[in-house]
Amino acid sequence: MKTRVKKIIDKYHSDKGFLVPILQDVQKEYNYLNREALNLVSAFLEVPISQLYELGTFYKAFSLEPRGRHEMKLCTGTACHVRGVSLMKDNIERILQIQAGETTPDLEFTFETVNCLGACALGPILVVDGEYHGNLSISKTNRILKKLGKKVKIDEES
Amino acid sequence: MKKVKTAQELKNLQEEIKNSRDPEKPCITICAGTGCLTYGSQKLVDNFRAEIEKQNLKGKVEVRASGCHGFCERGPLVVINPQNIFYQRVGLDDAEEIIKETVLNGQIIDRLLYVDPVTQEKILHEDEIPFYKRQMRLVFGMNGNIDPNSLEDYLAIGGYSALIKVLNGMEPEAVIEEIKTAGLRGRGGGGFSMGLKWEATRKAPGLPKYIICNADEGDPGAYMDRSLLEGNPYSILEGMLIGAYAIGSDTGYIYVRNEYPLAVKNITIAVDKARELGILGKDILGSGFDFDVLIVRGGGAFVCGEETALIASIEGRSGEPRAKYVFPSERGLYNKPTNINNVETWANVPLIINKGAEWYRSIGTENSKGTKIFALVGKINNTGLVEVPMGITLREIVYDIGGGIPKGRKFKAVQVGGPSGGCIPESHLDLQVDFDALSKVGSMMGSGGMIVMDDRTCMVDVALYFLKFLEEESCGKCTPCREGVHQMRLILERITEGNGKEEDLKTIEWMGKAIIDGSLCGLGATAPNPVLSTLRYFRDEYEAHIKEKRCPAGVCKALITYTIDPELCTGCMVCAKICPVEAATGEKKEVHTIDQDKCIKCGACFESCKFDAVKVS
Repeated sequence: MKTRVKKIIDKYHSDKGFLVPILQDVQKEYNYLNREALNLVSAFLEVPISQLYELGTFYKAFSLEPRGRHEMKLCTGTACHVRGVSLMKDNIERILQIQAGETTPDLEFTFETVNCLGACALGPILVVDGEYHGNLSISKTNRILKKLGKKVKIDEES
Repeated sequence: MKKVKTAQELKNLQEEIKNSRDPEKPCITICAGTGCLTYGSQKLVDNFRAEIEKQNLKGKVEVRASGCHGFCERGPLVVINPQNIFYQRVGLDDAEEIIKETVLNGQIIDRLLYVDPVTQEKILHEDEIPFYKRQMRLVFGMNGNIDPNSLEDYLAIGGYSALIKVLNGMEPEAVIEEIKTAGLRGRGGGGFSMGLKWEATRKAPGLPKYIICNADEGDPGAYMDRSLLEGNPYSILEGMLIGAYAIGSDTGYIYVRNEYPLAVKNITIAVDKARELGILGKDILGSGFDFDVLIVRGGGAFVCGEETALIASIEGRSGEPRAKYVFPSERGLYNKPTNINNVETWANVPLIINKGAEWYRSIGTENSKGTKIFALVGKINNTGLVEVPMGITLREIVYDIGGGIPKGRKFKAVQVGGPSGGCIPESHLDLQVDFDALSKVGSMMGSGGMIVMDDRTCMVDVALYFLKFLEEESCGKCTPCREGVHQMRLILERITEGNGKEEDLKTIEWMGKAIIDGSLCGLGATAPNPVLSTLRYFRDEYEAHIKEKRCPAGVCKALITYTIDPELCTGCMVCAKICPVEAATGEKKEVHTIDQDKCIKCGACFESCKFDAVKVS
């Protein structure tokens, strides 16, 4: 782990001004900000660990918990909101039995909402593992979750 | 590309590239902006390239993946030049047919043409489509003509001419004067004069001086900055180069949202190529002017769009704003004079230098010059990015360009300016859009999000939505914003749950005013706008929630019930099959019913009923 973290820090010439991008890269490498990696960053750059935790909790992009195998991001931008995305959010939360922003205990799903994906013509939009599902409806969320192995009642005809 | 050492060399290169291009050579342009990519347009680009390969047309027909064309609703979009034929909703497998029929044989494929929804006429050319016809695409229009990763493409359309002009003997003061005269105001929300800002930074003591491009576009429902960065990153760089020269800065930052991977990628490539060509770095074009650009990715905090928070974030701290007794132009990044402008503002600069301040002044209204790009989204037929001259009416934008409300529903309001903007009702549809007119009706220009709402949108719910957003994004530094917005949210939530009290409206009105007066930064000072503006124009809806415990738009869960209209129900059983809690039941071919005790109001039956038999009341 030491060399991997060092490599990231070297990319930014050990410049403390690039703390946010450095943490972004660490998160990308380990899929979350784990304690060990943060300790290494703190030691290499000689910044207090508290400062790293300040950043880690302030910015939305960071997660201090491991994330699920499937990443679901639901756009809750204004355009999607007026097109009724909150019903779909409730539906996904009900089926996964977690709230937005959480990961299922079996580490299968991380479900979160994002503020705007900038593809408003297709709203509401759900991104599952990088794949966009536009013009979302409640039954579409059902079908997507069923495909990913959840037990969901779907209407075969629609 | 070979390094250019003088302005003349760059000019020669421009000419060389221009002359090497045959305007009659067929060119297939595929929109690869985020909207179209979402429809799968990358696959379409690949298919076109493969097809060109297959038919031995390499070198004879050009395929270009361009930035966003704006008409996201009809994507994927394909434009075929030189005839300027516009195809929309192109299927991913249509590449072969388009090349065979249109490019090689000049035949039009009817089914891919845009049909005017009013006249039912098929329209052949991009510029004849009503969506485009009423626009003035000065800044955004170039997107369709270039591959964002090709510096040659940008030079071929005359790119960097403004830089050549400036470095060819314009004094920095003259550049500032030109921008001041043009009357360009900041497009990121503040609306402050760009020229004055430049002047203040130039005059401020202290070196080095920094310039920053604010690309932390956090407004939910606005994506013009992203589309500019993705589609034409060079124009932004050119604007920054000119600004840096005028201000006397040698380092620039582009602070871009990490959630915009394509924008990060394209601007990074543009910066690398500019360095390669020698228009970033030391002694640019032999003028003695040094300038380079660093790209910083944001961490996903809305408040970082506020300039002092953004500066804190670049310095590696959490993005908390500070009080602006001293402006960043005096003491900004690392306590040095710093000039921050938004993406769209920077992109306007080359235009002004090329065509002159007088020309620019001729567009727009008295105190708002030029054009503005709006993201027209929500309950609107033609979702997309539209660039219009200041002073155009809301009605023209919503109806002529936007094509009105889907399914012929009734227009209720348009929300302008992002979370801190305001909702404008139908009675103000003839408002001429500019900075001052929008403020006058309780809204703001903001970054240019325009969310259209119809009679199925609950205004209380919308206000609550924005409050939730702002509560979450409040950095927590100052009390009026942190606690005030939180309390307002609790009150609004109570109202939507049917537990509102009559005095609540008075409370949120005075609270809103207190938050505006007491907050440290722009986020807090505008946070109550969505509530105050909806209260101003849609008070009756609030009252219906409080007094009658009724949500007129049928949105607020606690105040609605789903029932089945026995006249319309055919007993198809779809609702019974889909209902997750077995509240909707009934026998085949018999009228179904919903058990209100079991119903969780998930909306699944309403959505799935093909006979509109499920009613919300």
